[in-house]
Amino acid sequence: MASDKPTWKEYPTAATIHQPGSATGQNTGDWRSERPVRNPEKCDKCGICWIFCPDAALFMNEEGFYEVDLYHCKGCGICARECAKGAIKMVEEVE
Amino acid sequence: MGERTGLEVSLAISEAVKFARADAIAAYPITPQTHIVEELAQMVADGDLDAEFIMVESEHSAMSACCGTSAVGARTFTATASQGLALMHEMLFIASGLRLPIVMAIANRALSAPLSIWGDQSDVMAERDCGWIQVFAETGQDAFDLTVQMFKVAEDKRVLLPAIVNIDGFTLSHVIEPLFMESQDDIDAFLPPYEPQVILDPKEPVTIGPVGFPEIYTEIKMQQNEALLGSYDVVLEVWEEWEKKFGRAYHPVESYRADDAEILINLAGAISGTARVAIDQMREEGKSVGMVRTRLWRPYPFEDMRAAVKNAKAVAVVDRALSFGGPGGPIASELRGCLYPLAEKPVVACFIAGLGGRDVTIEDFYTIVEETEKILESGYSGEYKMIGVRE
Repeated sequence: MASDKPTWKEYPTAATIHQPGSATGQNTGDWRSERPVRNPEKCDKCGICWIFCPDAALFMNEEGFYEVDLYHCKGCGICARECAKGAIKMVEEVE
Repeated sequence: MGERTGLEVSLAISEAVKFARADAIAAYPITPQTHIVEELAQMVADGDLDAEFIMVESEHSAMSACCGTSAVGARTFTATASQGLALMHEMLFIASGLRLPIVMAIANRALSAPLSIWGDQSDVMAERDCGWIQVFAETGQDAFDLTVQMFKVAEDKRVLLPAIVNIDGFTLSHVIEPLFMESQDDIDAFLPPYEPQVILDPKEPVTIGPVGFPEIYTEIKMQQNEALLGSYDVVLEVWEEWEKKFGRAYHPVESYRADDAEILINLAGAISGTARVAIDQMREEGKSVGMVRTRLWRPYPFEDMRAAVKNAKAVAVVDRALSFGGPGGPIASELRGCLYPLAEKPVVACFIAGLGGRDVTIEDFYTIVEETEKILESGYSGEYKMIGVRE
């Protein structure tokens, strides 16, 4: 079967990656079964969620709140667990 | 010019590593390998070897450190045995998977339990499929030569795989043998400095060892296997060059009085010395016996082995390792696998001997040949026989 994917001869030896930062192209958000949803009324912008996120999937918006980068967030729930104000809830991905 | 000398085989390997100008050694001492790295540590401490000697708390860490030093472009060596090799297990696959040309000596020793510090080949046979090039030494000279040669093979751009040099624990590791040490100049001319294909360098960042999703893993394993199969040609090239330069020949399968032999003995390692004496005696008594010794174990030399045994009626394999609940010993299993596709082939009989330092004597070889004659008469080899076990 013909394929447009590289053959074993075409990959770099041992799959070494020569392009730094290439993992940003990986849609790990696909793996998520629950998404973190922030309640802006409880959030005080402390940044604990941002510190604890193991995937650097949180970023600060113009108003100083931390928002979730859903392309990379795997839905692990660490931010919701660590949030001192209980401002983050994990909500099931339904569609 | 080199010099003829008498040296403990472990120290001959240390000398070979020094002549190879290794840049990094990470190792943990374990009997019967200890003398190799102890001597290397001394060389580094004395300033005789300009290398980084990394002391670690375990063999798992030793092999991890070796992967690191090799990845930054350092010519890397380590040595281990038995439980130490078993503890490295996980990292052995990382080293070959990352295509890091580390060279490791193994002073082959039995695995516990019961605790045994003595020789057999159970340790390396349990790591058979770790993706490293693997060779066996018969003598101290072999050990010196193979250690230097394997750096050249492993680092070849067509290969880029780690390599294991097997020496028998105690039988070789602790024995003083006469051997010829080549000079530093000659070794330098033979072995150029290591030029890594990719190195970890902050100025040119790369990711070595990323995740391999299902859509690429098979292709990367294919790549690795092709490299190991392809290393066969490089091994031969390096051995030809060695023979031209230094006059000592190496072959994937090495035969002794084998051309007209009806029964061939196949084994690996230093017990082949005893086998030679036994074969000479049996030849004088009119028995048609010879030996095919496995030098190159990975990649397995299929065509050499088929050619070496094709005229024999039977091959008696002496395995110093037992596959529990399986078909006997690994050398016999692989020989059977190698010969199976052929329409006409010798009978393969498997004998397990020399476990945990038990001597394999001339008389044992007589027993092995007599048992093989019985198998030839009956036409049925069975799986294997244990030699010298008290029943």
